[in-house]
Amino acid sequence: MVRLNINGQDHNVDVEPDTPLLWAIRDNVGLTGTKYGCGIAQCGACTVHVDGVATRACSLPASAAVGKKIVTIEGLAQGGVLHKVQKAWIDHEVPQCGYCQCGMIMAVAELLATKPKPTDADIDNTITNICRCGTFQQVRAAIHAAANA
Amino acid sequence: MNFVPKMNRRSFVIGTAAAGGGLAIGFDLPFGSKLANAQASTPELGVWVVIKPDDTIVVRIARSEMGQGTITGLAQLVAEELEADWSKVTYEYPTPGQSVARKRPWQSYSTGGSRGIRESHEYVRQGGASARLMLLQAAANQWNVPVGDLKAENSVITGPGGRRATYGQLADAASKLPVPEKPALKDPKSWKIAGKPIKRFGTQDKVTGKQVYGADLKLPNMLNATIKESPVFGGKVKSFDAAKVANMPGVKKVLKVRDTAVAVVADTWWHAKKALDALPVEWDEGPNNKVSSATIAETLKAGLDADQAFVGNQNGDAKAAIASAVKKVEAVYAYPYQNHVCMEPMNATARYTADRCEVWVPTQDGEASFAAVLAASGLPAEKCEVYKLDLGGGFGRRGAFQDYVHQAVLIAKEMPGTPVKLLWSREEDMVQGRYHPVMQCKMVGAFDKDNNLTGLHMRLSGQSILASVRPQVVEADKGRDALTFQGVFQSGEHAFGYTIPNLLVDHAMRNPHVPPGFWRGVNINQNCIFIECFMDELAHAVNQDPLAFRRKLLGSHPRNLAVLNAVAEKIGWGKPAPQGIHRGLAHMKAFNAYVAAAAEVSVTGDKMKVHRIVAATDPTYAVNPAQIDRQVAGSFVYGLSALFYQECTVKDGRIVETNFDTYNSMRIAEMPKVESIIMASGAPGPWGGIGEPTICVAAPAVLNAYFAATGKRIRSFPLKNHNVQIA
Repeated sequence: MVRLNINGQDHNVDVEPDTPLLWAIRDNVGLTGTKYGCGIAQCGACTVHVDGVATRACSLPASAAVGKKIVTIEGLAQGGVLHKVQKAWIDHEVPQCGYCQCGMIMAVAELLATKPKPTDADIDNTITNICRCGTFQQVRAAIHAAANA
Repeated sequence: MNFVPKMNRRSFVIGTAAAGGGLAIGFDLPFGSKLANAQASTPELGVWVVIKPDDTIVVRIARSEMGQGTITGLAQLVAEELEADWSKVTYEYPTPGQSVARKRPWQSYSTGGSRGIRESHEYVRQGGASARLMLLQAAANQWNVPVGDLKAENSVITGPGGRRATYGQLADAASKLPVPEKPALKDPKSWKIAGKPIKRFGTQDKVTGKQVYGADLKLPNMLNATIKESPVFGGKVKSFDAAKVANMPGVKKVLKVRDTAVAVVADTWWHAKKALDALPVEWDEGPNNKVSSATIAETLKAGLDADQAFVGNQNGDAKAAIASAVKKVEAVYAYPYQNHVCMEPMNATARYTADRCEVWVPTQDGEASFAAVLAASGLPAEKCEVYKLDLGGGFGRRGAFQDYVHQAVLIAKEMPGTPVKLLWSREEDMVQGRYHPVMQCKMVGAFDKDNNLTGLHMRLSGQSILASVRPQVVEADKGRDALTFQGVFQSGEHAFGYTIPNLLVDHAMRNPHVPPGFWRGVNINQNCIFIECFMDELAHAVNQDPLAFRRKLLGSHPRNLAVLNAVAEKIGWGKPAPQGIHRGLAHMKAFNAYVAAAAEVSVTGDKMKVHRIVAATDPTYAVNPAQIDRQVAGSFVYGLSALFYQECTVKDGRIVETNFDTYNSMRIAEMPKVESIIMASGAPGPWGGIGEPTICVAAPAVLNAYFAATGKRIRSFPLKNHNVQIA
């Protein structure tokens, strides 16, 4: 059993401590916006915020997140208002299949929190999520739009 | 308005079909709005359109959505002919079980071969037009005025004397009228909804985590499973020690699936995976465990000069032209195995009882999934159903192949009444693919004394997809797989784009044991590299400009020429490039669309930077230009990931690469700027597809630019094998 604070709410989660945070979130807590893509921290589909840091949840044991504030895609909007990254994603019609986009959005939300006006080089260095549909051109445009929103 | 429910035959059938599915057994499905759960009271106007009393228009979509925008495009076409208020349009998927019960009124469900829109636009537009005519007639009857005096616009019918009724008000009466057959369609020039960059359905759910992919499905009392097939293709399970893992946390069942796989069912997926990883399994690897990439390459190489080969395109006498050539140019190319790597790993959820088998699955072909459910369950069609979910990527992996559906049903059969979600690990997805086939190619070109290209022999040697997947098609063609010649075929939707006086394109079929599949673009990927890189080689061999050289051979291919000219002009071909920048070109006709690309690259040491791509596409009509723009840009991510990074290596009969660490995919830093030119020519004849054609020009345009930069011709792939990295 581990106690996790997810999107501002405490959950007693019945998992072994070494269970990846991703699967505790998906299978036990039931929040499925955080996706499984590779399980080895390569693709970024499982990106969540752990104490504000974009983290690949597939490779973090749930026990390592105890006592920290976890935010998933379901918790990104505040008070029913979409995060500016989500809004920009809608305006620019970024998603194609959409499967990787929750992780991409979480990674971008952290980038903008630390660098409110990122350059293209900042984007290139920070956003390393895989998207097989190839939405990167729209991703870049939407990041700049969100930064200027 | 007092709406009186009506129980006509059509709506009754669909209403009960849906009720017999998820609704009746009390499942609270989170995606109910997308499934055809029309109530018996909802009037159906023909098979494509349902209009509710509140004016909501539900368009039925048989094809699948996997990011390519088909559901939005098809709904636009229906709404256009219906004269609908787009803000009131939504969609639903009629289930494959309903399709069977109603004798396939929605025709094909297959969503591959870039055919979602190009092969169904006519009948779905007719569906919209018929529904409009029914509404007009209903109004005419109600008002007792000639139908010709009425006008349908924006979901409202108006008539003489200020008469006015909404579609919702007329739908019930309209649904009782006969469905007009083959109604006249609008001239695309007058389109107001189709042809416009309308926002696609579903984006809000995709950015908030609400969209339920197959991997996300939750059903009451559901268990989770994961599976491991014999890593050597054709191998079998010899033995496994279930007792070793039976007491691991959450494990419910450890079982053999057919003779070839083992699976674990557990409370959570992680528990299933941990137990499967720990499960001791001994495999009977069968006869293929000595096969390697090197042995396969040797087999293919022998085919390059083999006597027997199937002909895909021929005119004149290429061999004689080559024999009498003043100058001869020869090159051998090779294309590797590649995996689709959909971001969402393969999955299906099945619930089986002796009386009913239901499956929830992200599928490119609901009917193929349905067939797999019938085969695996052993139940008749009326006791089976498939509920389609949107796909986290498809790319050809989730259409013809329903291996995961078959597995899920077989597992669920062992636990009657309990829904089981089977989700593959990424590792399983990598080693149990249906791979882009391997192909080698020997190109020989012949010139006369005036440097005219007099002959070309393109000898393919490698794997046939259809011999493995549709053997009956190959048999009917006397052993030939015509699909092998996509992009270089004698005629049709993949017709060769050049006129060469003496031409021979033939294929020595060599089929290794690795299962091949339809990988986005299918055989145009390698064929476009072979032909378009070799055209560059030929041009340079006679010191001619690659564009001018091609143009001389394109006289009778005006649409190929048009897209090629468009990219050449926009990239600035013939004008000085910025310092250090070099350019390359490619074009092809594929899936009835004409596509071209021009690339700008720079090379520093072993690093190649792809700066800019100009891509042109002529799909005849552009139903949603914004989606085309995104599909075209994305095609360069898919195509260039393959070019730079991707090879599935075979060793000891199995695939070596098991995840993204050894099978990489492009990131945003490597993404070139893509400028797309949509050239909807409106030419007569069949429409072209969008999802696949552009992929094939990505690699050759970049390779030709790389040659322009370095003078080096790379002829085997991926480029990482030549220590060329994308920057």
